Amino acid sequence: MKSLIDILDMTTGELDELIAVAEDIIANPEKYAEACHGLKLASLFFEPSTRTRMSFEAAMYELGGNVISVTGAGTSSAAKGESVADTAKTVSCYTDIIAIRHPKEGAAYVTAQNATIPVINAGDGGHCHPTQTLADLLTIWREKGRLTNLTIGVCGDLKFGRTVHSLINAMSRYEGNRFVLISPEELKVPSYVKKDVLQQKGIPYVQTTDLESVMPELDILYMTRVQRERFFNEEDYLRLKDSYILTTDKLKTAKPDLSILHPLPRVNEISVAVDDDPRACYFKQVLNGKYMRMALILKLLREAGKIR
Amino acid sequence: MNIDSINNGIVIDHITAGNGMKLYELLKLGDLDCSVAIIKNVTSHKMGRKDIIKIDADIPVNLDVIGFVDPGATINIIRDGVLVEKRAIEMPERLVGVIKCKNPRCITSCEQEIEHIFKLTDREHKVYRCIYCETKAN
Repeated sequence: MKSLIDILDMTTGELDELIAVAEDIIANPEKYAEACHGLKLASLFFEPSTRTRMSFEAAMYELGGNVISVTGAGTSSAAKGESVADTAKTVSCYTDIIAIRHPKEGAAYVTAQNATIPVINAGDGGHCHPTQTLADLLTIWREKGRLTNLTIGVCGDLKFGRTVHSLINAMSRYEGNRFVLISPEELKVPSYVKKDVLQQKGIPYVQTTDLESVMPELDILYMTRVQRERFFNEEDYLRLKDSYILTTDKLKTAKPDLSILHPLPRVNEISVAVDDDPRACYFKQVLNGKYMRMALILKLLREAGKIR
Repeated sequence: MNIDSINNGIVIDHITAGNGMKLYELLKLGDLDCSVAIIKNVTSHKMGRKDIIKIDADIPVNLDVIGFVDPGATINIIRDGVLVEKRAIEMPERLVGVIKCKNPRCITSCEQEIEHIFKLTDREHKVYRCIYCETKAN
């Protein structure tokens, strides 16, 4: 059973196919309006989410399907101590595809191991968030017309920022890309991303704490939030939360065709004034996320034999 | 220092000095009823210093554990006082139920029934990572 747990579960060929389907959905939405008629998405969100949950649910509704939701561990059998494995087996009896967000890393993998229907990882703690990466890829594709030969700056919490890990994994498979990793010392990219992905594949990258000094080099600037929920220690969070704030002033040295991405939610790491800059793409990214989730749901349901 | 030779059993030789106790613990040799000897810091022409473990019984040994801790070690099977077999050690691709993931954010930290599984991600540097959260094994 094909599931999406990590962005690396998809080949670049499959990613290209998802982008092509998403583009077709954008151009011809009516063609897909009944594609999932009679099918149900289980939307299991054991951790707070606005965008991702609504995006999955909107995606399924726009494909003509239905949605059954669980929001928050407190309102489900997880509160009674039910294991993730048992939840997966149970939910498989009611629905056709699962989207799961869970605070524990690896929870989506355990779900996929135990479910009899396709599973989509909608975020497992600080580990992976592959469908955000799908949104990022479509946005880069639509803004730049390519996924190759780009200098990609990722800025903020690169340690716990799962979207960053997935983006690096995905973009390092396309030719000619280079990464600029901008973070405070305490929130650097984990060694498994650096060693197993960047160094192993010989992908050029630099690490810096200074956003302004690298700004002129960037084709993409991927800003992230310092996430309060990933810290065990509130003091550390307070010390690091305002490390980088992108303002219109800081963008003066940036390329005119820079694309600014952010997985959202934003707290204060991008000044609201930047929203009016034509280089700001983060709200387009939200919409692109829905189209890619539609394309993904279609692909997984087709491969599971649920639709043609 | 003299340790009696064994008649029927297993000798794990060429253990990197210092790894003997770790192997003893992970192989759960403390649970055995038979005699087990750990000889530490033995002079070795090839290695300088090495550890040796002698187990006075022909029991099944988890080769994956040895491959994980010390792939350079060798296994000698002794029967009737004679070396009858040498077993090659390889780093296992997957390590199941041997070590635990120490990441407090990993799903294995709160769901006890999930088996702890690690996969080999970098053979050259002997790096194993949790299959659930990708945390490196220590």
